[in-house]
Amino acid sequence: METSYDVIVIGGGVVGCAVARELSAYDLKIALLEKATDICAGQSRANTAIIHGGYDAKPGTLKAYYNVKGNGMFDEICGELDVPHEWNTSLVVSFGPDEDPQIDELYERGLKNGVPGLEIIDHDEIMRREPNINPEAHRALLVNNGGIVCPYELTTAYAENASINGVTFFRSTPVTNIFKENGSWIVETPSARFSAKAVVNCAGIFSDEIHNMVSADKLEIQARKGEYYLVDKKYASTFHAAIFQVPSAMGKGILVARTVDGTVLLGPTAEDIDDKTEKRTTAEGLAKALAGARRTWPNLPGRAFITEFTGLRAHCTRNEFIIGEAADAPLFFDAAGVESPGLTSAPAIGKDLAKMVSEALHAAPNAKFNPIRKGIPKFRELSNERRAELIAQNPDFSKVICRCETVTEAEIREAIRRPVGAVNVDGIKIRTRAGMGRCQAGFCTPRTLEILSEELGVPLETLLKSEPGSRYVYGKIFD
Amino acid sequence: MKNVDIVIIGGGPAGLAAAIGAYEAGARDILILERENALGGILKQCIHNGFGLHTFKEELTGPEYAQRFIDKVREYNIPYQLDSMVLDINAEKVITCVSREHGVQQFKAGAIILCMGCRERPRGALGTPGERCSGIFTAGTAQKLVNLEGYLPGKKVVILGSGDIGLIMARRMTFIGAEVLCCVEVMPFSGGLKRNIVQCLDDYNIPLYLSHTVIDIHGKDRLTGVTIAEVDSHMNPIAGTEQYIECDTLLLSVGLLPENELSEMAGVKISPNTSGAVVDETLQTSVPGIFAAGNVLHVHDLVDFVSEESELAGKSAANYVKQAQQGTVSHRQVVMGNGVNAIVPQQISFTPDHDVHMMFRPRAVYKGAVITASVGEQTLYTKKARILAPGEMVNFTLKKDDLTAANPDLPLTVEIKEAA
Ligand SMILES: Cc1cc2nc3c(=O)[nH]c(=O)nc-3n(C[C@H](O)[C@H](O)[C@H](O)COP(=O)(O)OP(=O)(O)OC[C@H]3O[C@@H](n4cnc5c(N)ncnc54)[C@H](O)[C@@H]3O)c2cc1C
Ligand SMILES: Cc1cc2nc3c(=O)[nH]c(=O)nc-3n(C[C@H](O)[C@H](O)[C@H](O)COP(=O)(O)OP(=O)(O)OC[C@H]3O[C@@H](n4cnc5c(N)ncnc54)[C@H](O)[C@@H]3O)c2cc1C
Repeated sequence: METSYDVIVIGGGVVGCAVARELSAYDLKIALLEKATDICAGQSRANTAIIHGGYDAKPGTLKAYYNVKGNGMFDEICGELDVPHEWNTSLVVSFGPDEDPQIDELYERGLKNGVPGLEIIDHDEIMRREPNINPEAHRALLVNNGGIVCPYELTTAYAENASINGVTFFRSTPVTNIFKENGSWIVETPSARFSAKAVVNCAGIFSDEIHNMVSADKLEIQARKGEYYLVDKKYASTFHAAIFQVPSAMGKGILVARTVDGTVLLGPTAEDIDDKTEKRTTAEGLAKALAGARRTWPNLPGRAFITEFTGLRAHCTRNEFIIGEAADAPLFFDAAGVESPGLTSAPAIGKDLAKMVSEALHAAPNAKFNPIRKGIPKFRELSNERRAELIAQNPDFSKVICRCETVTEAEIREAIRRPVGAVNVDGIKIRTRAGMGRCQAGFCTPRTLEILSEELGVPLETLLKSEPGSRYVYGKIFD
Repeated sequence: MKNVDIVIIGGGPAGLAAAIGAYEAGARDILILERENALGGILKQCIHNGFGLHTFKEELTGPEYAQRFIDKVREYNIPYQLDSMVLDINAEKVITCVSREHGVQQFKAGAIILCMGCRERPRGALGTPGERCSGIFTAGTAQKLVNLEGYLPGKKVVILGSGDIGLIMARRMTFIGAEVLCCVEVMPFSGGLKRNIVQCLDDYNIPLYLSHTVIDIHGKDRLTGVTIAEVDSHMNPIAGTEQYIECDTLLLSVGLLPENELSEMAGVKISPNTSGAVVDETLQTSVPGIFAAGNVLHVHDLVDFVSEESELAGKSAANYVKQAQQGTVSHRQVVMGNGVNAIVPQQISFTPDHDVHMMFRPRAVYKGAVITASVGEQTLYTKKARILAPGEMVNFTLKKDDLTAANPDLPLTVEIKEAA
């Protein structure tokens, strides 16, 4: 195995994959090491998927800078990488005059941050735009540059494009130690010892541990848990904009936010926890998410949910993104503590870090860089003419495996065969939506397992949901 | 686009019986569309016996029961297309279907019979908190893995919900060497058939904990255990009653939901009560010429009644096509009185041309209660029942002459009069 690189990127979340892709535009030998069995395993998998406008972060911070800059890059990046996104606006709503000052404050802050197209709207205008909102809605900040994006597709698209431009991905490869030896960084993992001229730390919630391996200027990342309900896509048109309440010290409060797939997210809660690997939902957390959402959406039906989940924010105790070369560790770069608005910021962080690293290494542009990635065709969204064409080319497009989301066998096979392709059931889920619908994979799991087993050439009983230990079945009943 | 008199969506017991019903009523241009590679629907994986007692007076396995109908469909030469997934239908009765053999096809139907069956409610619909690990299956998925694919989904099993599929799987998992620790039911009564409680739990000494539920799920990767607790009359867990049970598998049998995405695309009105279409006594939905039968209409516990109901839908569709343009029929509404839930049909024409079969589920357990159906002061049906429970559907028939003679200004009310 080749273990010597110009740059090693640690962490395959949206930031790590964006950095790797932007670095691949330079003539560099790059590897990305990811601890989990698949990329997009951390914050990038479980978040609210909002392209934030940039009104929220404190003026002058990196959070504000990258938010506004990243927001402005989405049309271009989603165009190059064929990632679904939509400018459906955001509304931050006060539900009574006592909350109005906060709306005005956010407006002022947004102006200072350089957010274009902010407006303050009154009750009547809110009701005109969002007839299903709690009629106590009093005043709102209308964020015209607010949008939504598919966070997994953005991450996997960055990874695929990085891969075709020469980046090597190592999954199930946790970094356990980093040190300098003969002028190079040595990056240790259980399976191999890597060396690199430069290292970029994009390890999300563990970015403090990675940083602290090389720097005396210690970072601390606090895991801040957010719990969500996911509502059936039957309710997709209840709200047009993503609806925020006025923020608190812990975050932006409970949202009601449609996703690009038409489901609706309710959440997230915000609670600091000690275990950085926790993914459990709790009765209390879910109750909070629900109560909060009902404030925005009083007629929320009781039986509308299809699932619940948890995301952990990588909250840096300095309350700021840590981006750039560490002062006491030359050629070690951080993208640490990238919590919200990190998804929005990722395109800008990726570009900036790639620039810093390539300049430090005096790298020339990669003449063969191809910025274009085409997504897996989404059968459910195509016209009948296009469907017929695809079936004529590949009959596997005629076999619907996930009936709730209308995902075909061809899409599932392609998700496995692509560069940095799916290796487990959750990997298929994030790349195709198979199993993400109403029945939550009850129907498609047996068939998905068969296809994975065939494509990967491994016995079905060894297949995982996600991490080691998460297998589905215990072998054949009769041998 | 091809014209077809009657298109049936779904080739399970409902679709098969609907095709036979339509054929026997004189229709010839019929097409069954089935997305799987074989006819038979959910019965393909129900390898236990107990099917057909009512219709054939013998105990058949699911596949055997289905085969009798498949044989009939073949005997009548009714065309069917397998591996054919219907993606869309509209109110003009244009059906879009996709298959390996034919690619994308469109049919214009004279009448459509919806026979798509139902799906199982997943964990997410319950909102049970806890870890997001593997080892949690709906009972039907586990049944498919075991019976059709031959895999062992787990070794130490807890079953949540006492619906029939869960009960059947308690026995099945025991047969294949797993240890079934208990079945946990949130209601104070079981959701399944009495005979399944006896034959699937009692016979294997598997405890059934009524008024209990799973309140927490443990295990980061694969399930390692669940916490169960007793619930009060508002279904809230009672503090102090928590119990941890070590297990690697949780099977969910917490309800079925009619699969009505296609019905909704065609604008068919759905009852919030049954989650199936609103139909009249001919099983016609709110869209003229679209009929519904089987589990897509309302969740059945006995397949015999699915077949019976679906034959009627087939016959009605044949009549509809024959008369080409039916005038609009006005209907008497059916009102659910005390103790009555999920009634079908929800409306009956003022002059039905056949006796009308009514089905509903009791809201709770009643002993020695009386079922009545009346229009104003006039009682059309009354019967004392030793025991009524939500797990067992109630069936009875109203005479067409009684219905025709009843006061047209008043609805039909069905209710359970509880014993004093
Ligand atoms: C609840 C919640 C809601 C959010 N909502 C929004 C939103 O609406 N809009 C928005 O813009 N942002 C939002 N965010 C923020 C956004 O999701 C994150 O900022 C972004 O995903 C960060 O990406 P990342 O790549 O830095 O981190 P991650 O996605 O967490 O990736 C880090 C990766 O590093 C890997 N890793 C960790 N340790 C090691 C190791 N030792 N060796 C190798 N690999 C390692 C992890 O497995 C992981 O895959 C939200 C976040 C959360 C949690
Ligand atoms: C585990 C289990 C145990 C049971 N035990 C008993 C028992 O012991 N005794 C008894 O009498 N009854 C029993 N039943 C009940 C009985 O099996 C069902 O009531 C019956 O199968 C319902 O028939 P159906 O045709 O409505 O639905 P299904 O059998 O579900 O058939 C629906 C068919 O429609 C097809 N379909 C759906 N959507 C589409 C589409 N878009 N395009 C094409 N095709 C589509 C499906 O593939 C399927 O084949 C049991 C059921 C289950 C699940």
